[in-house]
Amino acid sequence: MKIVQFLSTAIFASALIFSCSSDDPDPVVEEEVITTMTITLEPFDDQISSVILQTQDLDGDGPDIPEVTVSGNLLENKMYYGSIVLLNETEDPAENMTGEIEEEDLAHQFFYTIGSGLNASTEYNDEDTEGNPIGLDFTLTTTAASSGQDLLLNLTDITFTLRHEPVKSAEGVADGDITNAEGETDIEATFTVTIE
Amino acid sequence: MRNYALLVLLLSSITTLSQNCDNTLTGKVTDIHDGQMLIGVTLTIANTEQSVQTGLDGIFTFSNLCDDTYYIQISHPYCLTKGFKVRVFEDTNKSFKLEHHIEELNQITIEGKAYSNKSKTVLESTLNKEELERFSTGTLGNALNSLSGVSSLNTGNGVVKPIINGLHSSRIVIMNNGVRMEDQRWGSEHAPNIDINSAGNLTLIKGAAALQYSGDATGGIIIVEAPRIAVKDTLFGKTSISGISNGRGVSINSRITKSNLNGWYTSIQGSLKRTGDTEAPNYLLSNTGVSERNASIKIGFNRFDYGIEAYYSIFKNQLGILRASHLGGAGDQVRGIASPIPLIINDFSYDIDAPRQEVTHQLGRIIGYKELNRRGKLSFQYDYQLNNRLEYDIRRGDDRNKASTDLELITHTVQANFETNKSNTHHIKTGIIGRYQKNYPDPGTGIRRLIPDYTKYDLGGYAMLDTNISESLIIELGGRFDYTHMNVYKFYRTSFWESRNYDILLPEIVVEEVGAQILTQPKLNYYNSSATLGATYSFKDNYKLFFNYSLASRAPNPSELFSEGLHHSASRIELGDLRFNSEVGHKFALTLRNNNKNFSFSIQPYINTINDFILIEPVDVRQTIRGNFQVWEYRQTNAQLIGVDVDASYPINKKLKLNHQFSLVKGYDRSRNQPLINMPPANFKNEIVYKNSAYNNLRISLQSAYVFRQNEFPNNNFEVYIPETETSEIVDFSTPPNAYHLLNFNSSIDFKTSNKTALTVGLEISNLLNTSYRNYLSRLRLYADDLGRNFLLTIKLNY
Repeated sequence: MKIVQFLSTAIFASALIFSCSSDDPDPVVEEEVITTMTITLEPFDDQISSVILQTQDLDGDGPDIPEVTVSGNLLENKMYYGSIVLLNETEDPAENMTGEIEEEDLAHQFFYTIGSGLNASTEYNDEDTEGNPIGLDFTLTTTAASSGQDLLLNLTDITFTLRHEPVKSAEGVADGDITNAEGETDIEATFTVTIE
Repeated sequence: MRNYALLVLLLSSITTLSQNCDNTLTGKVTDIHDGQMLIGVTLTIANTEQSVQTGLDGIFTFSNLCDDTYYIQISHPYCLTKGFKVRVFEDTNKSFKLEHHIEELNQITIEGKAYSNKSKTVLESTLNKEELERFSTGTLGNALNSLSGVSSLNTGNGVVKPIINGLHSSRIVIMNNGVRMEDQRWGSEHAPNIDINSAGNLTLIKGAAALQYSGDATGGIIIVEAPRIAVKDTLFGKTSISGISNGRGVSINSRITKSNLNGWYTSIQGSLKRTGDTEAPNYLLSNTGVSERNASIKIGFNRFDYGIEAYYSIFKNQLGILRASHLGGAGDQVRGIASPIPLIINDFSYDIDAPRQEVTHQLGRIIGYKELNRRGKLSFQYDYQLNNRLEYDIRRGDDRNKASTDLELITHTVQANFETNKSNTHHIKTGIIGRYQKNYPDPGTGIRRLIPDYTKYDLGGYAMLDTNISESLIIELGGRFDYTHMNVYKFYRTSFWESRNYDILLPEIVVEEVGAQILTQPKLNYYNSSATLGATYSFKDNYKLFFNYSLASRAPNPSELFSEGLHHSASRIELGDLRFNSEVGHKFALTLRNNNKNFSFSIQPYINTINDFILIEPVDVRQTIRGNFQVWEYRQTNAQLIGVDVDASYPINKKLKLNHQFSLVKGYDRSRNQPLINMPPANFKNEIVYKNSAYNNLRISLQSAYVFRQNEFPNNNFEVYIPETETSEIVDFSTPPNAYHLLNFNSSIDFKTSNKTALTVGLEISNLLNTSYRNYLSRLRLYADDLGRNFLLTIKLNY
């Protein structure tokens, strides 16, 4: 009987001592998350309108898929000035994450993968402290309009990839070829665009 | 002590005249405590060279004695040497009683064995001190791997999780010096936090038969015990230093033990290990360094009928995880798998960078026991564990040096156990246990909690009985009941909460909505019953047949219940379900064992049927801003594992011996009729050992280990679109790697350096042929080969 008494006292005591903290836990502030990437393509020719590509994934790796929007079509034979802005919209107000990439410029690079049915090319417009591109700023030049066939085959995608710790010195990487870039993908977003 | 006794005998011996000198003196030597016969007792007549030993029946005989008074010295390894005066007149019969000191302190030994049997009807596999010392630079998992039926689930060379008969993690209970390890063992990349050097003996029980430890070990129980200490005046210790070629590291381990005849004893042990990047045969495995610092201390007081002991250990390690295995989404995985060499290979370094784990496990225990006259032994135990786990990922910005996972798990346990040890025919064990546990995931990591805040209460009780029906038949039966209550605070993403329909099914557990998250407070209860029933039958001298049925019930672990998000180290999204109930396993195990000097073997077939088995499997591919990730969801099903373990040993002559092992296990999901994932492939181990005790205990062994390809596996591959090539690629992480064969060499030799010190030098070469191979059960097999050749040179000094 003594054992039972001793044990029940011990268990009761431990329950008392250790279960007093009934405060609800705090939610985690996810400071590092990027929820939104906005790419503004501003034409050099100010007669035509800008095109805005945006992907927004507010629940991160939750079940909701990213909301991808393309504001309009690109025009043929034009030059566009592109700039990328990254936001963390889980915080209120939203935090601009672009600065973090700029601060760690050596460890980041954007790549633009253009579908074979899209007659366009890109060129980096910025560089890190070692003279290699970062890719937050770039130019996009279009030539001929997309064909109906290419649109049908889904070959008019443009994919923006942000690599963390890429090998910038590898062959072709500084020119924007992702093949040898390695590193780890931080952002990958595909937009279906049309050149008309 | 023995010398002193002899001296007294010599000084006090009296020479007398003798007439009749063909008398015999016979008798038996028994234990003063329980009247048991003592075998192997040496009796020496003072002033003569005459000396005899007691036989298996405890009886001795001196012949050709005169009618006289003799002084006889009686000694036994586990008893204090004593002198007796005997008057011999014609044939005389005289019996002696010795105080048979349990050679070991602490938990009294049963049946004169230093380490008692944990279950009577399951064949236990054990590793003793000498065997364990061969693994002193490895992990607990490496040591266990040498036993048949055990494989390991690896994440590189540092994280080695034992798999027993196909089951691992939460399905295996590890008892460390009488304390059930609570070290977040649910994760497949969470290795047991035990220093192999703190162990003196390791016992493996395949299945849940040892109910005194737990009722939820559907896979098995591993019992780690510290070296035993004899009750005598002594001071001894050992220090070993090892050089490790693969990883260019060093390991130091030292232990010192002091014990006194009055019952007090102390043992202190410490070990250090540091290695850098390891190597596969053809390349360096970057960021696979290990740093480990451990210490333990044991202080106790032991009397035959009561004792108390305090034990404390600290385990601290830092483990680098292969840099090339840290990847983003499915596109990265395609690149990693397709590449014949790891994507990232840097120069050799001792740095342990992200991704890495840092774990500190502290364990304290106080146990006291009292021998109750004529009834048995009663013991009380309190233990405390503090596990702190930090995982570092590759991060950005201000969070760069911040851990992404920071968990603190505190466990308090109290228990009372009682066992009878007075009867030779039956033996009862019973006890009650209470446990309190709290998990605190630090929100300061800036990453959503993988394991939520919770407090857990366990209350359990067990009773076991074994009885000798006849000389050759032992029956064992037992039952256990455990109640578990969990009080959890969990943040769910609102999108997930609604996609699961929890908002309709479980609205009552919602505490509040915070932004895009919902704070919930689930309160979960589990009522688990477990039981065992078995028999052991001995026949034809050396044969034994064991039969055991065990019923085990395991409550789902926090990971199975609450996972909800990206598991970065696995590159996949994992989803649990808080509505899971306990899984219930039924294991039938049969063992035929022949323990013959000329040829010994054991064959152990088993069948383990587990209802509501919790498994994780891929269900979908999810698109996120970071790319595509495969979604793995936990599900309950009925599973069945069937297998056999075979051991055989054949001495060719006195010095040469062959050892063989074979293990096979097949696991199936019976509801879906498909194989279970991560089942160990069949494997053979064959070893030839040369041992010459006449030549400095020289021991040389060559082992061949052949691991078959796993041909039964679920196909979980999926397709992902690669924009660069505008093609869809298969992410093949299901296909098992090919079969492989490894040769391992081991040798050691002892040198007597002085009266009290001995030096042992050991050389081990693992993967002798530097074979490139990949292990199906290694999580890094997709990205890199396993370890290449390793030379290990160990110098050990016993003093």
